[in-house]
Amino acid sequence: MNALTPPQYARTYRYDEIDREFLQERIAEFRGQVERRLAGELTEDEFKPLRLMNGLYLQLHAYMLRVAIPYGLLNSAQLRQLGKIARRWDRGFGHFTTRQNIQFNWTKLEDVPAMLEALAEVDMHAIQTSGNCIRNTTTDEYAGASPDEVVDPRVYAEILRQWSTLHPEFTWLPRKFKIAITGAPHDRVAAQVHDVGVLAKRNERGEVGFEVHAGGGLGRTPIIARKLRDWVPEAEFLAYMEAVLRVYNALGQRDNIYKARIKILVRDLGDEFTQMVEREYERMPRDKYRLDPEIVAAIAAHFAPPPFAALDDQPLPEDPEFRQWAEASVRAHKKPGYASVTISLKPIGGIPGDASAEQMEAVADLAERHSFGEIRVTHVQNLVLPHVRQEDLHALWQGLRAAGLATPNIGLISDIIACPGMDYCALATARSIPIAQRISERFASLDRQHDIGECFINISGCINACGHHHVAHIGILGVDKRGEEVYQITLGGSATNDAAIGELIGPAFSYDAVVDAVETLITTYIAHRAAGERFIDTYRRIGVMPFKDALYAPA
Amino acid sequence: MPLLEDGRLRPDDWTHVEDEAPLPEGPAIVSLARLRAEAASLAGRNAPLGVALPPETQPEEIAPFLDRLALIAVKMPKSKDGRAFTQIRALREHHGFAGEIRAAGHILPDQYAMLLRCGVTTVEVPEGTKPETWARSRDTIRIAYQAAQGADRPLSLLRRKLELA
Ligand code: HEM
Ligand code: SF4
Repeated sequence: MNALTPPQYARTYRYDEIDREFLQERIAEFRGQVERRLAGELTEDEFKPLRLMNGLYLQLHAYMLRVAIPYGLLNSAQLRQLGKIARRWDRGFGHFTTRQNIQFNWTKLEDVPAMLEALAEVDMHAIQTSGNCIRNTTTDEYAGASPDEVVDPRVYAEILRQWSTLHPEFTWLPRKFKIAITGAPHDRVAAQVHDVGVLAKRNERGEVGFEVHAGGGLGRTPIIARKLRDWVPEAEFLAYMEAVLRVYNALGQRDNIYKARIKILVRDLGDEFTQMVEREYERMPRDKYRLDPEIVAAIAAHFAPPPFAALDDQPLPEDPEFRQWAEASVRAHKKPGYASVTISLKPIGGIPGDASAEQMEAVADLAERHSFGEIRVTHVQNLVLPHVRQEDLHALWQGLRAAGLATPNIGLISDIIACPGMDYCALATARSIPIAQRISERFASLDRQHDIGECFINISGCINACGHHHVAHIGILGVDKRGEEVYQITLGGSATNDAAIGELIGPAFSYDAVVDAVETLITTYIAHRAAGERFIDTYRRIGVMPFKDALYAPA
Repeated sequence: MPLLEDGRLRPDDWTHVEDEAPLPEGPAIVSLARLRAEAASLAGRNAPLGVALPPETQPEEIAPFLDRLALIAVKMPKSKDGRAFTQIRALREHHGFAGEIRAAGHILPDQYAMLLRCGVTTVEVPEGTKPETWARSRDTIRIAYQAAQGADRPLSLLRRKLELA
């Protein structure tokens, strides 16, 4: 076994010869496109969508390469290779994103082919991580491990990945298209704010089917998705997806990029959209698009459970510091004696989602030792080791601590989502990373964070809402007001089953004042909370007024 | 304008006819408005008839005329505007149209393979185009992961080798 061989039991989709051949052909195609661009056969305008569909963005200071991590699943060999790429061709860091991908922010154009080759060595690529096509499908970071799971969403996420790869009809859509799928009743994928959100479930006979929502999204027009159908049988899954995409590709707006997402079409057509999808679905030659149970079984074999040992649940060691970390980071597993562990990429004062090459290597090692070599990327920009023996948790914690990865703040106020903002992004109207850093420093005391309890703060550096501020308990949006960065605050958003768009609380705060404003919100919550209430619960019970009064009361 | 079929240039016998202009003797492509207005007299002609389908028009709208049409020309106003892909697929799949489907407008060689997989026959390309670029682009990726038009069999495996001509 060499460094590039995935560990035996890591359940990532394993490429076969055809998949590898495809990847090599795709790299050859991109190399040809670069050559034609350099020879002047392609204009920059023509080249742009082609490079975007290979993950290459032009940012404020450099190119950025966005690498696909299919539905957030990695094996240790892949993570180690990402570390190597970060060290060799970036500045020693990679940035994990809310779409469960990784970005290299300091890419040189001439290095891209070599980076793509290095990715291909571990069956990875940057295909369709940008552009107006079907993007990386996201799913539950606890897939295959969570006690509440009804259907393993990885199987269908992989089927969607294959189906959408270079789809001949849906590669030149009006706008990008993002699908999220979950197989647990508790929605951990924000299904209702995606272009298509899928809830995989079972009927009374145990058969798999899908509840399909469409037309959700954030950006400048946040919208909760519309439910199209309660039940699409497994065999018809791809047919139904085709029908949704066909209606969108034919009718989605193309003259205004702010109105081109499917959410606008669904909002404008309402039930008529659902009817159009149904009509298309009814008249399709469905045999042709039928998802054969044999294919499902063949894909499912890639995600078979690893060889779990027969264990009993264990009490945790008494070490208080370890206990504090475990309380935040350790989650119940469906197998007795096992747990899932979330690794925080949010050190106090750090850049949310950043990991150094050394940290990636350390996590790869720890995953091999403790989690069958498997790692997940979460949509809150953290990592997960899905299958850890409870008896190994203390040793794992020490290993993480040595790598600077044991901040016990998962789900707490410093577990912030922040977009790149003005530090990297050409579209930004304000900084967002430094706001995250300052809030995290203000609440640096972990005892205090644990006392405050679950609270999600999300920050975007412009109206495009990459930081998901609309669906945060406390959302922060940086805007430009006559040349000054100011920050609007929204309260009460949620990205889970009770999906909601946060409410704007009042006039914006200056760069200097915004952290104080967050602190005021928190002290108001503490003053009003009833026993066991989280920030969002108190907010829902008492409403916006007490928070407003506290923020805008005359001094 | 040069015409591409099977990755090679070939002569074009068709003429695009302006709405006010008299019809030529040979094969003619007319606008949708003219097709509608002059359906009866156009049907009486002895030469093949084609129509230009605008990007915003759903193929259903020309369904009544399909048995009289030998060619449908779809248009991509910009290479990023992919509505034609769905029109072409619908013409083949829903309407069983077996004549020539021609793509015109701003099209990149990189889109050729996908157009073919949706069911296109010919592409109008700019003067001076190198057909080799189109042929190479078509042949670069020989693997497809999903069902499409053309020589496809029902989806028996999620992936298969492309069997394009
Ligand atoms: C710096 C480079 C980036 C640029 C230029 C950029 C640009 C954009 C734009 C223009 C939109 C709005 C699209 C629309 O509404 O149609 C958007 C949305 C979005 N971006 Fe980014 N983005 C960047 C980085 C990121 C990063 C780093 C993340 C993840 C951390 C991200 C995740 C998202 C998400 C989740 C949306 C969502 C909203 C939705 O899907 O409705 N983006 N981005
Ligand atoms: S929200 Fe705006 S500033 Fe932030 S990454 Fe997206 S486009 Fe850039």
